[in-house]
Amino acid sequence: MSEVTLTKKDFTSDQEVRWCPGCGDYSILSAMQSFLPELGLPREKIVFISGIGCSSRFPYYLETYGMHSIHGRAPAIATGLAVSRPDLSVWVITGDGDALSIGGNHLIHALRRNADLKILLFNNRIYGLTKGQYSPTSEQGKITKSSPYGSLDTPFSPISLALGAEASFVARTVDSDRKHLTETLRAAAEHKGSALIEIYQNCPIFNDGAFDQIKDSDTRDEVLLRLEHGQPITSASHGVISDERGLLEVKPLSEIDQSQIVIHDAHIQDPTYAFALSRISDSSLEHVPVGVFRDVERAPFSQLVHEQIDAVIAKEGKGQLAALLNGGDTWQVE
Amino acid sequence: MRVSKPVVTLDQVVIRFAGDSGDGMQLTGDRFTSDTAMLGNDLRTLPNYPAEIRAPQGTVPGVSSFQLHFGDHHIQTPGDAPDVLVVMNPAALRANMADTPRGATIIVDKDEFTTRNLSKVGYATNPIEDGSLDSYKVHALPLTSMTVGALAHLKLTRKEAERSKNMFALGLLSWMYHRPTTLTENFLTAKFGKKPQILEANLTAYRAGWNYGETTEDFAVSYEVKPAPMEAGVYRNISGNVALSYGLIAAAEIAGVQIFLGAYPITPASDILHELSKLKKFGVITFQAEDEIAGVGAALGASYGGGLGITTTSGPGIALKSEAIGLGVMLELPLVIVDVQRGGPSTGLPTKTEQSDLLQAMYGRNGESPCVVLAPATPSDCFDMAIEACRIALEYRTPVFLLSDGYIANGSEPWRIPSVESLPEIKVNLATVPNGENGEFLPYLRDPETLARAFAVPGTKGLEHRIGGVEKADRTGTISYDPANHDFMVRTRAAKVGGVKVPDLVIDDPSDCAEVLLLGWGSTYGPIWSAVQVLRETGHNIAQAHLRHLNPFPKNLGDVLHSYKKVILPEMNLGQLARMLRGEYLVDVVAFDQVRGMPFTTEQIVNAALEVLNV
Ligand SMILES: Cc1ncc(C[n+]2csc(CCOP(=O)(O)OP(=O)(O)O)c2C)c(N)n1
Ligand code: SF4
Ligand SMILES: [Mg+2]
Repeated sequence: MSEVTLTKKDFTSDQEVRWCPGCGDYSILSAMQSFLPELGLPREKIVFISGIGCSSRFPYYLETYGMHSIHGRAPAIATGLAVSRPDLSVWVITGDGDALSIGGNHLIHALRRNADLKILLFNNRIYGLTKGQYSPTSEQGKITKSSPYGSLDTPFSPISLALGAEASFVARTVDSDRKHLTETLRAAAEHKGSALIEIYQNCPIFNDGAFDQIKDSDTRDEVLLRLEHGQPITSASHGVISDERGLLEVKPLSEIDQSQIVIHDAHIQDPTYAFALSRISDSSLEHVPVGVFRDVERAPFSQLVHEQIDAVIAKEGKGQLAALLNGGDTWQVE
Repeated sequence: MRVSKPVVTLDQVVIRFAGDSGDGMQLTGDRFTSDTAMLGNDLRTLPNYPAEIRAPQGTVPGVSSFQLHFGDHHIQTPGDAPDVLVVMNPAALRANMADTPRGATIIVDKDEFTTRNLSKVGYATNPIEDGSLDSYKVHALPLTSMTVGALAHLKLTRKEAERSKNMFALGLLSWMYHRPTTLTENFLTAKFGKKPQILEANLTAYRAGWNYGETTEDFAVSYEVKPAPMEAGVYRNISGNVALSYGLIAAAEIAGVQIFLGAYPITPASDILHELSKLKKFGVITFQAEDEIAGVGAALGASYGGGLGITTTSGPGIALKSEAIGLGVMLELPLVIVDVQRGGPSTGLPTKTEQSDLLQAMYGRNGESPCVVLAPATPSDCFDMAIEACRIALEYRTPVFLLSDGYIANGSEPWRIPSVESLPEIKVNLATVPNGENGEFLPYLRDPETLARAFAVPGTKGLEHRIGGVEKADRTGTISYDPANHDFMVRTRAAKVGGVKVPDLVIDDPSDCAEVLLLGWGSTYGPIWSAVQVLRETGHNIAQAHLRHLNPFPKNLGDVLHSYKKVILPEMNLGQLARMLRGEYLVDVVAFDQVRGMPFTTEQIVNAALEVLNV
């Protein structure tokens, strides 16, 4: 594949991009268009499948194969494609409503199976396309059009959910941090099987500033806990330590010893550690780990499916239609 | 083994095996059916079992039965009423007496007619002894104790030994009707080969039942039913679900595509998932999805990749799949949706048959969302119609519904096995090069003949493009909200489905002057055909026609309907096709409906027809 040298321009379709000015989706699109040449694949081998939502317009803007499907079902549709066409690189684009409300079931099962999908979950903590209702990641008490007195639902974390669903690769990044976003895409692309990337994405129209703490240069370094494999987990002011019960805690660096700080290991098979990491940030976003939470090896679904078929054929021989039809108890009428 | 008693020749027999769900009646019926098929009789079967896996033992709701109709002539129904009823307990008698005509033979396991079992189903006295069965030929036999006795030499508990009593009954019936024994012996050996003790028990009970018939004075005669004249060829007995599965495999082989089945288990469709799951050596991918939506979604994804996406379900599953099927309509991708209909609405009657999803298949989606709708007429027709569904889906790039139902799915009949060479052709015609004037690829440029759009699968160099559920511009397929374009696209999709080429409706009217037409669709073919034979034998002129294509209808359907004074249409719903025909052709068809979870009897249709014929 090394002969293929494509550029960002090759992956930019002729469709006019129609997100609101300032929408975080633009920067994610741009990062993706720049990253795609790195895959080393010809354009026809790449497919983007999305659900419904502002974010799900994404495939139209990429010069690859693409399908803008229906609300919440992209992981299911993409699983069918990826399993039957293991030669393709299949990406799913989804939103917090699309992936976690209506499509929650498909998301967890795609991750559980380790379907060969790279799932990009654009989390703006709001329903953008339907003009601003609270989503499963909106903080409790949020005032929106459908919750004028404050939402009552407890939000959940896509990272915790994915880990609970046995996801083999789980990461978080931010729309505005192009470098980190690109590194995360790269790590996901290299992973075999499902990869879930939660991307914090600003919706300037219906949920503006939702991620300001982790974007503003004055607060960012205090809030972000950058996860790097083999490195201690710290922000500018805090470090992550493990208490006597094995739970993780964030403490001011002044109160702890450097040696107490947890060294990040994304490859631990047991998801307990990654889950504990995912619990550090609650919806207040006081301390937010970003990076790869978990990256472990597990046979991808399509590999298992095709190995099984090959094994059956090796054992029973390739199916012969005439033999199938004439199987069982037959009799001859003269 | 050879029968030595006097032999009476019969032209046809209807036998019903009935017992508790745990008594193995379905297996018994299946075995008797296979042995009967091998003898060359024509036959049809009707398994009838409760929705509960183990309904309370000994109760009427827990009764499971299997009816088989076989004869020396063409047989198209499982029979209106049993000539022979085999009952394994009082509940089975209670549940089946209403269907059993006076004079019928009833074989009873009298060991099970204990005070306790009798009172469970409300018998104050024992019907075997109180004279209430005097107008029947009753053989009250100690089936259970004879079975236990025959197995005394094996180290089995009484409970274990009793389990083989269905094989004793099967042996006895096999003796009565001269069924060959080697097939069932081979079957048992294959099934229980790894459990020698159980194999021995079943074989011994089976042979003991046969020997009992041969030696006891209770049965003075045995019966034979000569083979039915059938077209020359190799035959096997096949159920609708198996035939349908084989049809899907055959279509994929002919078309040279990979099958992807996305399904979520549901009665009575699960057996197609089970069957295809066994056939991985054909390269079939079976995907047991997390729900019905994922099943159809994944199938659509596989079709998008150039495979043949199939999803199998029953009515409640279709309800869940509707939105994704609409996406299939919009994307214009091949998709086969198999609906093995059952009683509805909601959970309804999961194990009983109905034809009440026709309007759901036709109209059960948002927007103008046309799909092709087909329906097999008999168990073996499921094979042909599955190929037809795949052919239309692949060649026209459209979702196709295949409406089977619980009756033909589980029922079986002899099938003349077609040669592979005789199967129809399927042309997929994928796009491989740009089709636009300026070297671009236009995914919604259409074949002028079929109106099928150009279909390039991912991996095809130079034809990269995006599709989606949002309305698309003609030719280019890009998003379009233009009113005129939407109007054009809606009409074009309708024209494509409406223009699918389907064979003309064939009329069967030997008199050539019938004024009344008996029309049907789907699984009512058998009872309608049988009723037509009865009516003609009694001097009536009546025509028969059967629809296997429901959308689009055959081109000659309107002319056919208008050429009869009356059109009678039996349906297992409240007149769904009747409504469509009235709307489409302004013909006031006489709807004859029933939703009892059971197929029509021949008699019901004869009577309905007589009401029209005799005015
Ligand atoms: C079956 C169905 N229900 C509801 C909708 C309406 N709808 C479209 S997008 C959406 C929510 C999208 O939110 P999210 O996934 O967070 O995407 P965003 O627009 O924020 O990117 C809803 C409710 C729909 N299109 N289909
Ligand atoms: S509504 Fe919000 S998420 Fe949607 S395009 Fe506009 S800014 Fe982006
Ligand atoms: Mg959102």
